[in-house]
Amino acid sequence: MKIVVILKQVPDTETKIKVKADGSGIETDGIKYVINPYDEIAVEEGLRLKEKLADDSTVTIISVGPARVIESIRTALAMGADDAVHVNDPALEGGDSLATARVLTKVIKDHGFDIIFAGKQAVDLDQAQVPPAVAELLDIPHVNTVAKFELAADKTKATVSRRIEGGDEVIDVTLPALLTCEKGLNEPRYASLPGIMKAKKKPVKTVTLAELGLEANQVGAAGSHVKILKWLPIPERSPGKILKGMETEAAVKELVRLLREEAKVI
Amino acid sequence: MANEVLVLAEQREGTLKKISLELMTIGAETAKNTGADLTAVIIGNAVEGLAKTLGAAGAKKVYVGEASDKYYNTEVYTQAIADLIKQVQPAIVLAGTTAMGRDLTARVAARVGAGLAMDCTEIRVEDGKLVMKRPVYSGKAYIEVTATAAPAIASIRPNTYAQATQDASRSAEVVKLEMKPVTPRAVVRETVKTAGDKPDLTEAEVIVSGGRALKAAENFKILDALADVIGATVGASRAAVDSGYVPHSMQVGQTGKVVNPKLYIAVGISGAIQHLAGMRTSKVVVAINKDSDAPIFQKADYGIVDDLWKTVPLLTEEFKKLLAE
Repeated sequence: MKIVVILKQVPDTETKIKVKADGSGIETDGIKYVINPYDEIAVEEGLRLKEKLADDSTVTIISVGPARVIESIRTALAMGADDAVHVNDPALEGGDSLATARVLTKVIKDHGFDIIFAGKQAVDLDQAQVPPAVAELLDIPHVNTVAKFELAADKTKATVSRRIEGGDEVIDVTLPALLTCEKGLNEPRYASLPGIMKAKKKPVKTVTLAELGLEANQVGAAGSHVKILKWLPIPERSPGKILKGMETEAAVKELVRLLREEAKVI
Repeated sequence: MANEVLVLAEQREGTLKKISLELMTIGAETAKNTGADLTAVIIGNAVEGLAKTLGAAGAKKVYVGEASDKYYNTEVYTQAIADLIKQVQPAIVLAGTTAMGRDLTARVAARVGAGLAMDCTEIRVEDGKLVMKRPVYSGKAYIEVTATAAPAIASIRPNTYAQATQDASRSAEVVKLEMKPVTPRAVVRETVKTAGDKPDLTEAEVIVSGGRALKAAENFKILDALADVIGATVGASRAAVDSGYVPHSMQVGQTGKVVNPKLYIAVGISGAIQHLAGMRTSKVVVAINKDSDAPIFQKADYGIVDDLWKTVPLLTEEFKKLLAE
């Protein structure tokens, strides 16, 4: 099977985000970039599927972004993926989810696919829009927030569990399909030292838009349907009333009084 | 023809979800500010009765789609909503940031070429344009965006707006929604409830969360007792989930659930940036922790610096007394 994993590089979740004074974006100095945590789960699921099939199946990583993305691609290759395609072109700047989906769709079509894994959302813009858009453009089904995955014996369909409010949906899906991965699906492995050594020699194809045959007006800001007007910092919370050094009973009584009379939430 | 602000209403097992009435509130305001009519669409198995509720909540017109399947289906719903959008060309479409809303709007937007802003915490009309404000980096910053293609689709975070009041003297024109036959390639076979009758964390108005300081799975009982008294849903920090005390479905944070309650009580949670990201929009935050230097206190509106084993049971008793009055 041709297993494809869509990967995005994002700031580490411990990063403090500082909005630029002019509201044009965030300060990127000193940010540590990692594989989007949900995409790590997608990589792991792709690898597990390949290992289970134990045939000539391949896991291909596809990522869109600037030069620094190569580090995250290498990490995924060190985990065990076979090869990768990295789309890097300045014309991609300012692209919204649909514009990005167009690029990914073209790469995936060119490569071929039987199943596509992606993260349920990227923890930077938190949109969860790109993977379903890719599925739509490829005209294949997608299932979001998958927490359990089982391929049928004949490899033409799968049964998955999808997280919804207060429970799970059990879904039968025909392949090819795109699945977005939720935490709990698996525990991603760490790259081993031999894995890291091997990853250096694995093929990574870097492509530009022209090489993909996409026009500049289909991607980036020109190909987008959503425009960012400005970035805003989060409002500061005024200091709270913290009860300290009191008898527990008195503190509890005071807290309950404040919640009822001042905050009016109880 | 008057323009429309179209609300994608949502039901589960024939019951209208609370978010739908929240959407009617912001839908009415948006319709007023754009000179449009407020309309709604509901799809399901024998859900026509819900049109009455949506009418009483302010919809002028309700499109009702009859689906043979009682479960949500991405492809069937996408086809119906995309067809409706092409037919009535609403300027604005509103949905909830729910499992269904996230799924449906992403697919519909890609099909009709709409400008979609996911998980908004505020929308407003400015110079005739819809400005959609949404948290990014799990609430560590915001962006304001606008759609450059029609329609603008905004999914709205649950608990952002109050539910619309229902006035039985108002009623909607009911229009049958044409459902083109679709043979879906992904079908829900069944749903499995994993939680009790309490609302999901993403929809809960009151949440009590526990951290690593709870020390063991069985100790979450003291939070359950507190939660039962105040009608809260119980959540947890990543540290508590990674320690195996509770399942991931209970995790609040950047790699867990993003919550938006009226009251959030953090018990024995230090307040890692990862966790704060997931609960930052809570209206009132209470922290209970014995470490006065815990970062959670800087984000709390109220707090008690004390031992949680002593504090929580007393708090439960005190709430019980208050609510019995």
